[in-house]
Amino acid sequence: MSEMLLLRHRQFPEIGTLDGYLKLSGFKPFKKVVSENNPVAVIDEVKESGLRGRGGAGFPTGVKWSFLPGDITPHYVVANADESEPGTFKDREIMESNPYQFLEGLMIACFAVKATLGYVYLRGEFWQIAEHLEQCMAELRKQGYLGKKLFNTSYELDLHTHLGAGAYICGEESALLESLEGRLGQPRLRPPYPAVFGLFGKPTVINNVETLTNVPLIIEKGAGWYQNYGTPKSTGVKIFSLSGNVNKPGNYELPLGTTFRELIYTHGGGLKPGRKVKAILPGGASSIVIKSSDKALDTPMDYESVAGLGSALGSASVIVVDDSVNMLWVSKKIINFFRHESCGKCTPCREGTYWMDQILNRTKTSKISAKDTALLKDVALQMRGKCLCPLGEFSTMAVVSSIEQFPEDFRS
Amino acid sequence: MPKQISLTIDNIAVSAPENTLIIDAAKRAGIDIPVFCYHPSLKPVGMCRVCLVEVGRPIIDRATGAVVTEADDSPKIQFGPKLETACTTPVSDGMVVLVNSEKSKAARNEILEFLLTSHPLDCPVCDKGGECPLQNLTLAYGPGKSRFRFNEKQQLAKNVPLGELIFLDRERCIQCGRCVRYQTEIVDDPVIGFYQRGRSMQIITRSDPGFDSYFSGNTTDICPVGALTSTDFRFGARPWELKSAASLCTHCPVGCNLTIDVRREAKSGGDIAIKRIMPRQNEAVNDIWICDKGRFAHHFADKSNRITKSSIRKRNQLTPASLETVLDLVASKLRSRNRKLVTLVGGRLANEDLYNLKQLTEKLHGSGFLYNDMAGGELTCQMGLTQGTSLSDLKQGSVILVIASDLHEEAPIYWLRVKQAVERGATLIVINPRETRLDKYAAYKITYRYGDEIATINQLMPGKSEPHYPAAKVIQKAQGLIVFVGNEGLGQKSSRAVMESAAQLLINGGFTGKVGSGLVAVWKNANTQGAWEMGFELAGDLQKMIRAADVLLIAGADPVGDRPELQEAMQSARFSVVLELAPTATTNLAHVVIPVQAFSEREGTYTSAERRVQIFYPAIGVKDDVLPDYKIAALLAERLGISLPGESARQVFEHMSGHITGFKGLSYQALCEMPDQWPVAGGKNKYFGGTASANHQGVGVQLVLNPHSSRIQSTGGKVKGQTAYDEKKLWAVPVTRLYDQGNTLLHTKLLEKRMVACEMRIHPDTAALYGVQTGPVLLSFGKAAQQGNCVLDETTPLGFVLVHRSSGIPINEVTAVTLSGVNKSNQSIGNRNK
Repeated sequence: MSEMLLLRHRQFPEIGTLDGYLKLSGFKPFKKVVSENNPVAVIDEVKESGLRGRGGAGFPTGVKWSFLPGDITPHYVVANADESEPGTFKDREIMESNPYQFLEGLMIACFAVKATLGYVYLRGEFWQIAEHLEQCMAELRKQGYLGKKLFNTSYELDLHTHLGAGAYICGEESALLESLEGRLGQPRLRPPYPAVFGLFGKPTVINNVETLTNVPLIIEKGAGWYQNYGTPKSTGVKIFSLSGNVNKPGNYELPLGTTFRELIYTHGGGLKPGRKVKAILPGGASSIVIKSSDKALDTPMDYESVAGLGSALGSASVIVVDDSVNMLWVSKKIINFFRHESCGKCTPCREGTYWMDQILNRTKTSKISAKDTALLKDVALQMRGKCLCPLGEFSTMAVVSSIEQFPEDFRS
Repeated sequence: MPKQISLTIDNIAVSAPENTLIIDAAKRAGIDIPVFCYHPSLKPVGMCRVCLVEVGRPIIDRATGAVVTEADDSPKIQFGPKLETACTTPVSDGMVVLVNSEKSKAARNEILEFLLTSHPLDCPVCDKGGECPLQNLTLAYGPGKSRFRFNEKQQLAKNVPLGELIFLDRERCIQCGRCVRYQTEIVDDPVIGFYQRGRSMQIITRSDPGFDSYFSGNTTDICPVGALTSTDFRFGARPWELKSAASLCTHCPVGCNLTIDVRREAKSGGDIAIKRIMPRQNEAVNDIWICDKGRFAHHFADKSNRITKSSIRKRNQLTPASLETVLDLVASKLRSRNRKLVTLVGGRLANEDLYNLKQLTEKLHGSGFLYNDMAGGELTCQMGLTQGTSLSDLKQGSVILVIASDLHEEAPIYWLRVKQAVERGATLIVINPRETRLDKYAAYKITYRYGDEIATINQLMPGKSEPHYPAAKVIQKAQGLIVFVGNEGLGQKSSRAVMESAAQLLINGGFTGKVGSGLVAVWKNANTQGAWEMGFELAGDLQKMIRAADVLLIAGADPVGDRPELQEAMQSARFSVVLELAPTATTNLAHVVIPVQAFSEREGTYTSAERRVQIFYPAIGVKDDVLPDYKIAALLAERLGISLPGESARQVFEHMSGHITGFKGLSYQALCEMPDQWPVAGGKNKYFGGTASANHQGVGVQLVLNPHSSRIQSTGGKVKGQTAYDEKKLWAVPVTRLYDQGNTLLHTKLLEKRMVACEMRIHPDTAALYGVQTGPVLLSFGKAAQQGNCVLDETTPLGFVLVHRSSGIPINEVTAVTLSGVNKSNQSIGNRNK
């Protein structure tokens, strides 16, 4: 096993305690940046590293940090620990087992954007993790890593956790902010973007847990070192949450650019005997389904190559579907999920997901009439381009691409 | 002056100020873009998506910054991959908006199809059917057929009470959130909200009582479907059966513009009856909102509650008699020489009534008095709002001073206008002895002890020296100063001094005659200001006044109801004539009672507290020999050989404008002139949604300042008139509440649960001092006593007990009282008139 950058607890179980983490050079990067007091340099280093958002959109992290206007204060940093995409379970492992590295990343991000308050927004089901993180934060306060006048500088910082009520939509950053402010979790109109008008109307950076967990090592070892991992445009490592019809589902930390075949067969233990990969959902339920082929399996999993297949890497929650599974059944599951999770704010998503769910629920068998298939596709396409936030569009991806690529599964 | 942006919408060149939304720019250009969630009074949210349009912008060469052009030199336009919501996208230079392109039309059609999948399509039994934006827009833009299976529709509760005033039909709701946003953004009563998510999302109320807001009815107007309906109107009529008349609200002095919808029906004995009351747009007065009292409390005018026949007292019994007979009798009483006529009028009468009654009284050398608890009208006549002042224009630089008034209770729409002015940047100073809902918006709140009003106002008096108090500095620097004076804890005596010192503030600050300045008295009635304009003076000692009269003529007032101590005087009056709508404690003791027409049955004008004269029109015809007050006065005059106009209200108004200084040059024509108003209400696409608030019958005219005979002079600042309430005594203070038990509210069963009880509000410490606790208590004052319920309230000033006006406790001035506990076995809580 090569050296892990994010799932380091698998090699160093003691990293879960503050002492253990400190022994592994923990909080040296944070202490360094605070003492050197050059936030711009931190942002530049992260920009240089090529680190991109691991939540799904893949936006360059350093660039995101540099958007915050200096003349509006205070600034906030929010760690998005909503992790609600079906098939994604990477942030949970980080927060449970390697919490301090994540928190240090969050703290460095806070310093880089001159925020003195950071939040970890967790989905409601993660209440135990929230308690755990609160204990970690208390420990950090006790040992002088959080609080006023850190390392005898004028910088002060504190962190809080905030639990949502368990909603997919709250992983969307503007809905997350609404929820964090205590309101109904519904997305905001954009513009203005959170970088200008975010939490409590102030400039805010929102980063995924995994993204932040990369940051301490980038600061410690430098952008150049980080670029050694991954591909030139998709640098670094990624945790692939592998699930579905594979023998060894789980989180696999691999360099970006690893092929689907390597993930599924080398690391994931392949499929059950006699089964073949039929389809891949590379980014959870909101993926455009990839029809399996040798070309697809040999495609490197980086942002550009997966886009080349007409899909998107997203949060890299790779769901493998084998040839025993009917795609109509998969569509049913996915639409049911989106119907349940639609926030209801905009008409097309609220009514469209409900309608698609109704159509798919008409049959308890694996059959659907040609008329219903046509209507289902129509409804999905009718939603596209009209929704208030990306979630509405996401809900149509799997169903439309399944109908298009697996017409044989949508038969009467 | 904001920058003007040029764009084209459907090939029409449009110019709009910077930051204008596409939807508004289109509306101004006469192009309708359908909306559900958007409302010009609310912040845009872009939720319903029905206003999606194609938007293109000129391509700018990044290197040169120049606009890329086509071969023919026209700018090259790039359309985005997605449609944009016209309600959230601001206009930009060179923008090309396509409202009626195939793509935009298809999107509208598709959004409507989505909305209808969950809609019950119960239009045939829906109150909104016929005036429903969803229905209208579906007809105009929607699909003719649904691809959604009817039996797969969600079935939801259809009669969800959000309190006893408003019902929710969950199936019809399209989750546009207008109601929720209205309650939060406009009236700051966030008592309703969304619950659950997705298709299960629904409107709920968390307040007790449900939907606890004085403005709840407005949500039924702006609801773009039949989801929110009022208990008063639901299932009452179809919109196309209704006839509308423009009217005015009579419940408070704001003068909200109304539309009254009526229908003839069997239930009303074949008569035409009021089915609903809605706001009519007047941006200067009430915007498009009214309070629930104005909307629901119209039942005092119902036939069943009214006096329909004139009557004469015979053997101590009121006996019906023809109007002719009655008028002959009254005329005969007036005819003999040296008979002293005393006329007592209330602020419920129209200007025309007041004018004729005043003329009649003067010609007979009698004296005319106004029945009112608050003095100082001669000051508002000369110091009122300067012509051109609109509460909707107040912004940064304007200072609003509210003295001794709980505007939210006394005149809710004034409260709303003041709140909105503060949101636009105006500075609010509140001077009140206790907490009120306005305090939240005040930059300065000055609390005083009842009785210390004058000393408190004097501290703010602009003078030559640099003022000491921050609030005084703000007044000194103000561009305009509007002073609202209420009747909180005052009475006839003390209110005069308060009004005087408010007037001195304006004079000494140099605000006299300045636009954006003036004195507004929050009177009790709709036309109290009109009575002052006609020259009526305040009745001083009512006992003495009644006893001095040979003939006592009371119109539009119920002095005995408010003051039971007048009973004896009234009983021994030599001859009393009462003109009234419904039986009251006063009519019960009259020698002659003459019924009159209600505001809904006739024409006339009212003068609001801000001195705006506005017309109201008849909504219901009257058959019987029930006449308007002005006509009765004219008929009486005729019998006495005096000529008074009486043909029509308009004729009276013409005379009035020749005789009354403030009304010079005014005419009904001027009052019904209709300037353009923005936002545009009504229209083809029912921009405001739901019931249109369109106004075609005029916005009224503000009176010019009227230099009264007793012109006020600057006293150089200070006014005297301190009232000291002995700290050793317990004092009862009358305060006004919106839902009282007054004559105009009593018959509105709908509001019964919200009406104030006969209660005594007292601070727990004061209660402890007097040994009383929550529960029944006896309040004794002078020779009278009243039982009521004691309520402990920590916001009540120490040493005072608050009693609500018109709640059955006949206290009209700050009065020394004693409180004692009552044995629970023999409690009987008194209600007035019962």
